[in-house]
Amino acid sequence: MDEPVLSVRGLRTHFMTSERTIKAVDGLSYDLASGKTLAVVGESGSGKSVHALSILGLLPDSPRHSVAGEIFYRGQDLLKMPLAQLRAVRGNRIAMIFQEPMTSLNPVLRVGEQISEVIVHHQKKAKAEAWSQAVSLLHKVGIPNPEERAEDFPHQFSGGMRQRAMIAIALACSPDVLIADEPTTALDVTIQAQILELMKGLQREFGMAIVLITHNIGVVAEMADDVVVMYAGHPVEIASVDELFHSPKHPYTRGLLASVPSIYERKERLAAIPGQPPDLAVRTEGCIFAPRCVDVMDRCRHEDPPDFQLPRGRISHCWLAEKEAVTWRR
Amino acid sequence: MTEAPLLEVRGLKKHFIEGRGFFGGKATVKAVDGVSFSVMPQESFALVGESGCGKSTLGKLALALEKPTTGQVFFDGRDMSGLTSKELRAVRSQIQVIFQDPYSSLNPRMTVSEILTEPWIIHGRYKDRKERALKLAKLMDDCGIAKSYQSRHAHEFSGGQRQRIGIARALALDPRLIVADEPVSALDVSIQAQILNLLKDLQTQRKLAYLFISHDFSVVRHLCSRVAVMYLGRVVETADTEALFRDPQHPYTEALLSAVPVPDPAIVQRRHRILLSGDVPSPLHPPSGCHFHPRCHYVQDSCRVNDPALLPIRLGQSVACPILPFKDKRSAAALIASPEV
Repeated sequence: MDEPVLSVRGLRTHFMTSERTIKAVDGLSYDLASGKTLAVVGESGSGKSVHALSILGLLPDSPRHSVAGEIFYRGQDLLKMPLAQLRAVRGNRIAMIFQEPMTSLNPVLRVGEQISEVIVHHQKKAKAEAWSQAVSLLHKVGIPNPEERAEDFPHQFSGGMRQRAMIAIALACSPDVLIADEPTTALDVTIQAQILELMKGLQREFGMAIVLITHNIGVVAEMADDVVVMYAGHPVEIASVDELFHSPKHPYTRGLLASVPSIYERKERLAAIPGQPPDLAVRTEGCIFAPRCVDVMDRCRHEDPPDFQLPRGRISHCWLAEKEAVTWRR
Repeated sequence: MTEAPLLEVRGLKKHFIEGRGFFGGKATVKAVDGVSFSVMPQESFALVGESGCGKSTLGKLALALEKPTTGQVFFDGRDMSGLTSKELRAVRSQIQVIFQDPYSSLNPRMTVSEILTEPWIIHGRYKDRKERALKLAKLMDDCGIAKSYQSRHAHEFSGGQRQRIGIARALALDPRLIVADEPVSALDVSIQAQILNLLKDLQTQRKLAYLFISHDFSVVRHLCSRVAVMYLGRVVETADTEALFRDPQHPYTEALLSAVPVPDPAIVQRRHRILLSGDVPSPLHPPSGCHFHPRCHYVQDSCRVNDPALLPIRLGQSVACPILPFKDKRSAAALIASPEV
């Protein structure tokens, strides 16, 4: 494997309120190679978005929180970087796009300004030059009449066009890593298909790595090379996309795949995962998925499994994987 | 089919007058623009389409929450617009609704038992306290709500449990038709599966008909037996679910199906995706002729002028597209229908 461009080691993001500590991310590690797409998939509250905000130091000051572990970008730990240095990386080498393009664009700035602002800030270019670069970026992300549309305000754009503008901002400095947090969730399916194709095309052109955060299993299958499945702040399984879909190891992954209806076949009943996701403030004994697991064993209720490392870089956080494991880590 | 339809919609139009235009003129949004369909007893009928296609407005018209501009809605053979408010109230007890957002559709100041018994108070049913308690226990049990939740408030529950409460409230009056407007789109997939299974079970147990409004084709395929695909206020294709998925006819249906992300990397690599260019046009200024023509891959000159009618092409399947015979059927449709090729 190539030298990873982004490497997350034992990330723990905890939120502290006066009465309780919520472990939003509790021990996440992965490597992302340049030019590849890693999908982080999970349901609400699994910690997938918090993990992204932790990488870029974008978590709000309140509630109080702690971010522990290491996040290496080209060998440098982002968590230990002084703010000035982090700012030079953020939006420049590592860029992010968000789910709701309307709330992440500035409503009182012209779209062209929002793109050229990034170029002026990071590349120290003159305003006029940055503006013409913004126009060509809008063209690149498929906005028709980019010269005119650069003068528009975000409310004059449709949802799909706003997301294209967001992507143009993210690409302004040709980043090495693009973090996309549910980039198509707010969009209609025909527009979603356009945006996904656009991201794939731009990835081929710029060779950037993508961290794709999504709850949509279909989008994972379309886009990802590797997948991290998150449950209640824990990565429960890591595998290549083909292996994950064809031989899921963790019972949660299996449950998740079985619970998705498909347009190709009509299942009589969906195999729903029983119960509800756990309260992250309550410390449970044993495996966090045990209360909902169909394959639960006695051991699972008392003893939390380690991350078992399987052949070809796979990881499963489940006692069932113990026999196949090459090694394991806590 | 000799059976009479439970809900029948004929030539329904709903036009909203959009304030005053820039020069003092008025703009009209044709949210629903000439739609006809019928839902049979115990059938689940789906309205599918992207945002702004008019599917939710159509749902409100079916519930008589909106008055149509023209056209009629018949429930059980009776024209709803001709009913007195007293008669309408009686009919409404037989048509209930489940909303998309279980967070905003439950009164935060009411307990679960208050929410579920309110329909009985309004319609004067089960006045005997003992009987009401029994009925409540049965209703909660049917919908998978634990007994201990009776005196709790909606904010104490997760999205999936709230949606169960929303479903129980809709079932309280033993309706015959349920209008379900995106009932699972706000839920996580593992919870979505629970609710879909529940809706399916309840339909069999209680002999319900569903008018199921959704943008999600995979959910529709799972739950519904017939589908109408909408685009900018009109139905472009209607068919039995299996026929629609096996062999979509309208170019829009074809593109929509090919755009759905498939949870299987092997199929993703094999299939051919039809990428539609551009956005859905504004319903304020719909394109001339066939509304879909600016995005259609098979567009002919005549499409820009002529309004296509929804015409039957075979039993149970109607399509609003006159150029069908010229369409190359070796395209995506065939690939979608048989991913194993």
